Amino acid sequence: MTGRGPRWWRAVRWYVREFTDESAYDRYVAHARKDHPCAAVMSRRAFERKRTDRQESDPRQGFRCC
Amino acid sequence: MRTASPRTILVWTLVALVGAAGWSVLALSRGEEVSAAWMVAAALGSYAIAYRFYAKFIVHRVLKVDRTRATPAERLDNGIDFHPTDRRVLLGHHFAAIAGAGPLVGPVLAAQMGYLPGTVWIIVGVIFAGAVQDMVVLFFSTRRDGRSLGQMAREEIGPFGGAAALVATFVIMIILLGVLALVIVNALAESPWGTFSIAMTLPIALFMGFYLRVLRPGRVSEVTLIGVSLLLLAIVAGRWVAESALADTFTLEPATLVVWLVAYGFVASVLPVWMLLAPRDYLSTFMKVGTIVLLALGVVVSLPTLKMDPVTEFAGRGDGPVFAGSLFPFVFITIACGALSGFHALISSGTTPKMIQKETQIRMIGYGSMLMESSVAVMALIAASIIDPGLYFAMNAPAGVIGDSVQSASEAVANFGYSITPEELALAAKSVEEASLLSRTGGAPTLAVGVSEIFSTVTGGGLKAFWYHFAIMFEALFILTALDAGTRVGRFMLQDMLGNVHKPFRNVSWKPGLLLTSAAVTGLWGYFLWVGVHEPLGGINQLFPVFGIANQLLAAVALAVCTTLLVKSGRLKWAWITAVPLAWDATVTLTASWQKVFSSDPRVGFFEQRAIYQDAIDAGKVLPPAKSMDDMHTVVTNSTVDGVLAALLALLVLVVIADATRVCVRHLRDPAASRLSEVPYVKSELTVPDGIWATKAEKAEQAALATAAPAAPPSGPDSARTDGEP
Repeated sequence: MTGRGPRWWRAVRWYVREFTDESAYDRYVAHARKDHPCAAVMSRRAFERKRTDRQESDPRQGFRCC
Repeated sequence: MRTASPRTILVWTLVALVGAAGWSVLALSRGEEVSAAWMVAAALGSYAIAYRFYAKFIVHRVLKVDRTRATPAERLDNGIDFHPTDRRVLLGHHFAAIAGAGPLVGPVLAAQMGYLPGTVWIIVGVIFAGAVQDMVVLFFSTRRDGRSLGQMAREEIGPFGGAAALVATFVIMIILLGVLALVIVNALAESPWGTFSIAMTLPIALFMGFYLRVLRPGRVSEVTLIGVSLLLLAIVAGRWVAESALADTFTLEPATLVVWLVAYGFVASVLPVWMLLAPRDYLSTFMKVGTIVLLALGVVVSLPTLKMDPVTEFAGRGDGPVFAGSLFPFVFITIACGALSGFHALISSGTTPKMIQKETQIRMIGYGSMLMESSVAVMALIAASIIDPGLYFAMNAPAGVIGDSVQSASEAVANFGYSITPEELALAAKSVEEASLLSRTGGAPTLAVGVSEIFSTVTGGGLKAFWYHFAIMFEALFILTALDAGTRVGRFMLQDMLGNVHKPFRNVSWKPGLLLTSAAVTGLWGYFLWVGVHEPLGGINQLFPVFGIANQLLAAVALAVCTTLLVKSGRLKWAWITAVPLAWDATVTLTASWQKVFSSDPRVGFFEQRAIYQDAIDAGKVLPPAKSMDDMHTVVTNSTVDGVLAALLALLVLVVIADATRVCVRHLRDPAASRLSEVPYVKSELTVPDGIWATKAEKAEQAALATAAPAAPPSGPDSARTDGEP
């Protein structure tokens, strides 16, 4: 997750990716490789699908309030 | 105990002086106009002192957070909902989750009593009550693997108190959704520009959802950029529509908007999350954070002067047109979220504790985020106080009081003791390209006028109408998201409750149950919305206090749970840090409920109001502002419902407080008998800073770790890295 460009640009990019949770997939892959090295890793498409569908079953995740 | 360096002492003395100067000017100025800069100084100075001293004291002396204890995020890390998240990212997440329409709307309405009472409560309230509640709930939930407030109430207080808390939360959710929807209806009614722009958010969100699902999964920032560009285009295009032949299509009456909103609420809540909710959430979060940052910059750059009186006569008399009742207790009820919000306890005990890296970070995340929210409330109060008070009252008094022409409004405002000519009223509406600004109650339009004044001084006078509709869009967007998400949460609670009666309801994907409970929840808040729009006495005037009472009662539940936990975990000596705010909040809120139920002033007491209108009906008379017998019956029904609701909520919360007291007393008599469901200690392996910036000691610690184990990069950009930056 280094990327190119000046330091401030990398910092902004890192923050935006984390804040929007765009980095969730990278996190999942790292996690899957570390803990279950033999299991197949989901494709990004499948992972993102699963992630939004999880919110369906428990809407309290990611709830915003007044 | 380490002694402070002379430099530290100097810095904090200066901070204290800045805050004190702000407070003195605000409190002592009479007659002359005061710059908003003093309000900003009072707020920031007080926040800094509170964060540095009071919050630190609570964290280390009362809660005794443990840097070596692993948090749920570290222990249960699954890369999905439990994962240690960088503190700066989590601060953003937590703030985006707690900030909403509440802190923007409440202070605007409370400005009818002048800017001073509101400022005092927003700042003092957040320091001693709101931020403390958020932080303490976050702490206890972190020690319990991220248990929700309801679960903690059940486990620590008992099934009875827990059930009362659950029912109270559900009722509060319904009222919240009804009132928020009412705020949008009042902002969009008869406004083709606003209605068109908001309607466009639906196709934009659907497109974004399709993009994320099918075209490029997971590319959130690029799709947000596209969406925001389209959104700005929709705001600009709203003006073209308003000036074209299409204008009539988008000029909707309040009653028509109610039907659209209820239909929208139902459909949106049964559609898959990825289609509408998730993409619109990205849009509204971006707009929310972006506008708040812009507003802060705008206030600091333009430093407008406050035109509202510090304290108006309505504060003592209690006959204000925006909401009835005197300063105590109604200013506290009305400001609600900006100073103390029960809803935050639901966030502090849900998502955030599963992501926090270190217990020591709760000061920054819990207390810090709430200070930021309070500063948003201060900015809303500034925006409401810089517009002409005459215009403020013409916009916020119900139509029944000021009539529907600029002439009658001008006369009514003169009766309140302020002056604005009919021409000035017409000009104000024209400058933001609205047909009329009279009785645009609910706070959102007033805030939008204030925001457009601040932004247009920065960008040059010409863009006023654009900024007005930009501000309306910003509020309406996240209220719509809240309607959708809130309906889902309400449905979830209802499914859970009904599951006790009929098993299949428990299964959240059982279609008939899903449709039925969604319809029930939308129907319930739709009822309050309908009532609010058709209320002859003014929907906001009648319903907003019920919403405020509901929110503050939820805070009482959260503070009661916190106090019980402090007592049960052997912190009796320090239990006052939540017990005092609880006592204050309970006094304010129960007094307000009492007055709403029993007051003999018909403007305040729902049942007195009911009796007067019922007597008139029996005598065959029509009382103003009602215009017909139908209106009279509407008033009677509504006052009955509102009165019963105010009484019911107060009773539920009394049950929770009584049950919590019982548990505390039992614990003090026999400490061995009470059970504390805290997760046992596990040693933490993470080294991360506590605050936004890493201290020297923290940097050294990380540097040492980095040289010791260079081959194993832990998660998070700055854990065990020398620079503390990504």
